[in-house]
Amino acid sequence: MSSERERSDPTEGEQWVSAGDGKFGRYGGQYVPEALMPAIQELTDAYERYVLNNEDGFMDEFRRRIRDFGGRPTPLQRADRLSERYDTEVYLKREDLLHGGAHKLNNALGQVLLAKYMGKERIIAETGAGQHGTATAMAAAHLGMPCEVYMGERDINRQRPNVFRMKINGSEVTPVTTGRGTLKEAISETMRDWATNVEDTHYVIGSVVGPHPFPQMVRDFQAIISEEARRQVRETAGRLPDSVVACAGGGSNTMGSFHHFVDDESVDLLAVEAGGSSLAVDEDEGVAPNSASLSTGSEGVLHGARTKLLQDHDGQIVESHSVSSGLDYAGVGPELASLVDEDRVTPVNVDDDAAIEGFHRLSQEEGIIPALETAHAFGYLHEHHEGLGDVTVINVSGRGDKDLDTAIEETAKRDVANAPDMSMFDGGLR
Amino acid sequence: MSDDAAADRVAAAFADGPAFVPYLAVGDPDYESSLAYVEALAEGGADVIELGLPFSEPIAEGPTIQNAVVRALEAGMTPTRFFEFVEEVDVDVPLVCMTYYNLIYQFGSEPGPRPFVEKAAEVGLSGFVVPDLPAEEAGPLRAACDEFGLHLISIVAPTTDEARLEKLVGVSSGYLYVQARLGVTGASSSVSDQTGESLARLSGVALPKAVGFGISSGEQAATIVEAGADGIIVGSALVDIVADGHERGASTESVAERLETKARELKQGAVDGYGRRTPTPEGTSD
Ligand SMILES: Cc1ncc(COP(=O)(O)O)c(C=O)c1O
Repeated sequence: MSSERERSDPTEGEQWVSAGDGKFGRYGGQYVPEALMPAIQELTDAYERYVLNNEDGFMDEFRRRIRDFGGRPTPLQRADRLSERYDTEVYLKREDLLHGGAHKLNNALGQVLLAKYMGKERIIAETGAGQHGTATAMAAAHLGMPCEVYMGERDINRQRPNVFRMKINGSEVTPVTTGRGTLKEAISETMRDWATNVEDTHYVIGSVVGPHPFPQMVRDFQAIISEEARRQVRETAGRLPDSVVACAGGGSNTMGSFHHFVDDESVDLLAVEAGGSSLAVDEDEGVAPNSASLSTGSEGVLHGARTKLLQDHDGQIVESHSVSSGLDYAGVGPELASLVDEDRVTPVNVDDDAAIEGFHRLSQEEGIIPALETAHAFGYLHEHHEGLGDVTVINVSGRGDKDLDTAIEETAKRDVANAPDMSMFDGGLR
Repeated sequence: MSDDAAADRVAAAFADGPAFVPYLAVGDPDYESSLAYVEALAEGGADVIELGLPFSEPIAEGPTIQNAVVRALEAGMTPTRFFEFVEEVDVDVPLVCMTYYNLIYQFGSEPGPRPFVEKAAEVGLSGFVVPDLPAEEAGPLRAACDEFGLHLISIVAPTTDEARLEKLVGVSSGYLYVQARLGVTGASSSVSDQTGESLARLSGVALPKAVGFGISSGEQAATIVEAGADGIIVGSALVDIVADGHERGASTESVAERLETKARELKQGAVDGYGRRTPTPEGTSD
């Protein structure tokens, strides 16, 4: 069997780091069909050897590639005008400057490289905003692997620029039409592909979700954000921040931004979820007009893990909503759910309106057009800056080029005080 | 009926000759029709029936059953209605609930599988198949099943190796659901040659082996039973009949009739396959 590998025992003095059992408090686990379990064991084994123990210099190669191909380290920039406006030091961790325009490449490159080390022949992925799909398509092209990306039909329509980017990088994009055609359905469909082609295919999951070892492994690849940010903020501000703020869909940029601060008890960690249009859930309709699973969800099992979910009282998963497709998901990473239960991470949320305002504000005042996902973090900063202390680090998880059409459309729908006159774009950009 | 009797009925279903185990999604396309359809399968010779309790994220299912799940959910199927269905359906064969873990976990006032299993025992179900619950996570459900005398039926995949098989058999009872090929559920026109291999690997396991995934005809059923299966599981080929009837606006009676005819064909195929088996002399292998 291909999963049978020889593992040399750690030589004396060296410490063998194990992947553990994949449980974060009451969350995590491996709730997947039996057909996938051998692959998941093989992946856990590869994660231990290559990622945790740097076998064959895997992590050295990852760090070299994420630097040379990816453009790391990304800057930690002091936001002068926001700092002045809010009378607090605001630092921006510029993941929007990473190759591909979002933090997603950290994980995608790590996993595609790992798949290569494992001898896999094909890459599959799901995507919501298209950023993870784009990052995976880029990493696959960079490393010479064929790649197929599943994307909800609704998201394909909301994020066309990324659909083009994936195709231009040589990936196949497969529309998913079930349900509302968003990330939840795309993940289910990718799992079905994986269950069919598990013997030669690696599923590059897009966030800190899914069965063990994904939540932990994706966090490790994303933790490079806080590794850099912690060093940079001490160099620039001369101290640790009082708070770190990041938007949370599945939670990968959140966990990446938080990881190296978790033990710094003086640092507040704030996960900003999409409040959508309301925090209510309409159980009869099976929809939540938000995707705030940390703030309003309850414990359950979805897509391979026990975590906090948007579900009705029977346990049926409800459809989520957010103006940003990358946050539009009914679940969240199990480690984040656990850190919330331990009161180490504070879940907060802002609604679609505040996110659109945040989008325009950052664009006008700092010259950074953020992804609508990222804009939620700036919506929060605007509404709650008084509580953030003297030094705040905000993760700019991605840039907003992909969102220009949506921003025009969503701005036109509502009364946005700080929006420019966009009426000349009434027909959109196309 | 005592709890132990519920479990014994499954053993009895496999005791003399190959078992025909059909699946339908309960509530597809509506509660009343679904009652008639399940009863038709029993008329047609079902030995055990797997009743699907629809979950919104059926990750192990192909398009046929995904669509059935959507129809059933839209027609108002819930766990509570499902239990009412089990109490009401007029059949004399053991019934097994096939569903995803979140529905089992959420049921009742305390989190965890116990309230669901208790209710299942109360309405007379014989056990569970839970496609997203590998042996690693099955402990709490296994304990509840033991407490109430119900079976937990595990799925064995073509990728399952020796070590996992042992783990899996350790938490299983009733029968093993042998997945004939990789992938998701769905009828196919040819029988996978992985089946014979899988059955050979399982020959040392004492539990009955029922093969599923892709069976759609009596001839396929015969081939699989001839290869050594103790039973056949058929889902999508039956759900296709329900879907077709629904799309054409056919009457419940005519769809039920087609299901019964198909059931007879599949059951007969299994019986024929059993008859075609060449008795192997004891002690010869390899
Ligand atoms: C720019 C950006 N930020 C955030 C997210 C949300 O994902 P996560 O919570 O895993 O960081 C996405 C997802 O597509 C994204 O594209």
